[in-house]
Amino acid sequence: MSKVNNFSTTNSHWINWFKWSSPSTFYPVAGKLIPVFWILTAIFGIAGLWVSFFVAPVDAVQGQGYRIIFVHVPVSWMSMLIYLVMAAWAGIGLIFNTRLSSMMAQALAPIGAWMAFLSLWTGAFWGKPMWGTWWVWDARLTSELILLFLYLGFIALQASIENPRRADKAGAILALVGAVNVPIIYFSVKWWNTLHQGASVSLTKAPAMAQTMLWGMLLMVLCFWMYTIAVSLMRVRTLILEREAHSDWVRQLNEVKQ
Amino acid sequence: MNAFVTIIHRDLLLVMRRKSEVLTALFFFVVVTSLFPLGIGADAALLRKIAPGVLWVAALLSTLLGLQRMFAADYADGALEQLILTPQSLVLLVSGKVAAHWLVSGLPLVILAPIIGIQFDLDASSLYVLMASLLLGTPVLSLLGSIGAALTLGVRGGSVLMSLLIMPLYIPVLIFGAGAVYANSVGLDITGHFSLLGALLILALAFVPWVSAAALKIAIE
Amino acid sequence: MWNSPSEFFVMGGYALYVWSSFGACAVVLLLEPFVIRMRHKAVIRRLKQQVLAERFDKESRE
Repeated sequence: MSKVNNFSTTNSHWINWFKWSSPSTFYPVAGKLIPVFWILTAIFGIAGLWVSFFVAPVDAVQGQGYRIIFVHVPVSWMSMLIYLVMAAWAGIGLIFNTRLSSMMAQALAPIGAWMAFLSLWTGAFWGKPMWGTWWVWDARLTSELILLFLYLGFIALQASIENPRRADKAGAILALVGAVNVPIIYFSVKWWNTLHQGASVSLTKAPAMAQTMLWGMLLMVLCFWMYTIAVSLMRVRTLILEREAHSDWVRQLNEVKQ
Repeated sequence: MNAFVTIIHRDLLLVMRRKSEVLTALFFFVVVTSLFPLGIGADAALLRKIAPGVLWVAALLSTLLGLQRMFAADYADGALEQLILTPQSLVLLVSGKVAAHWLVSGLPLVILAPIIGIQFDLDASSLYVLMASLLLGTPVLSLLGSIGAALTLGVRGGSVLMSLLIMPLYIPVLIFGAGAVYANSVGLDITGHFSLLGALLILALAFVPWVSAAALKIAIE
Repeated sequence: MWNSPSEFFVMGGYALYVWSSFGACAVVLLLEPFVIRMRHKAVIRRLKQQVLAERFDKESRE
């Protein structure tokens, strides 16, 4: 079945792209890519953790506690990046009617939600020693909470619609509406925060960054990025099998035939 | 334009035949707002402070209650499919339904709110600002709500899911609406709040009917 | 930087916060691929059963 798609004898870009959008072609490719991304995750992770704990110096104000930023910043950035990428894939699936794009969006949602949750968790554990409370209603944390709600809404909507294609398209609309709203929500929450004279310190005012601290954060961000790709490729492969269960190429897979 | 008016007229007629749906949502607004003093205490100064937030949140919840009505009944008896098949633009029809929804669930809130506001010991200028903020904000609530209603059409447990989906989108409206009343009560300038509320309304009017129409087509096919 | 392993674990008094943060991340991020693997295996198992069932049907009909 996958052989049929290799008829791209022309140089047209379009045909090449749509070839990759076939689940049957993508499945083995993803399978080969996953170990690559795991290796990259490990490399960046080890380097990042090394810098975070053994190279970056103690902070003058926050002591050793500031090291939480080496996970807090990566998970926060990833939670936002993943949402945009998820919305983009969902949008592509909606416009071009490609199943695989929608499956990619579906695969990204859970890890994105976990990143948002971890951002809140690490934010709370950073806030408690620094500002005395487990939770502050500052603009960043509040927006992160709302982002978690957006993720959960997307997951819940897809889970409650039985028809997979309808679920894909409805989810796409929700994700795109959410993506457009995120800047509006962030702006309004910032406004609300200043109006009500919230905590004058905010998590955005990170300690003055030594070079090594920046390196540590960058390496950890790259680690989490590679991780996200690895895990999403794993999940999309499972989704492909679940949704394409009736097609011939799935039945012909080695892992199924034995 | 004719189609727009016809749809509003039709939806209002249908609502009038089953007034209880609308009245229960408004009744809900009244009851919920009464719960807060009962739960928090009758200190007038405190009530005055929480009034903008409480009234706005109650308005939000009351709107959510009535949103299912927008498409569900027509979906169930097949009328919605017919409406989509008509030559009239679906965007126009959706706008009509949203307008009809606002007329029976948003506009009454604008009128009811000052009465409840008195219970919370709000002064006259605060009541005016409250009404104005709701007047600008409730159409946005109806508009954004139509997206959620369209996405969850026919889905089991749809109304709760719809509420969860829409609430994050409601947050900016809530912040600017309640914020306007609060700012006014402490003597701050409110033009910023109202400009932003107005901007949200214009944006919603421009884009949401188109999005909801797309969501309806997805739900129907 | 660290004069002894115990100094490292104490994290200047912030041990609870630093290790809870890193720990939660580690737990979630390490468990996730396992959960996905289990789901993948379940799908494969189900597919194998279906293939077998179809083969039985075909053979019994012949």
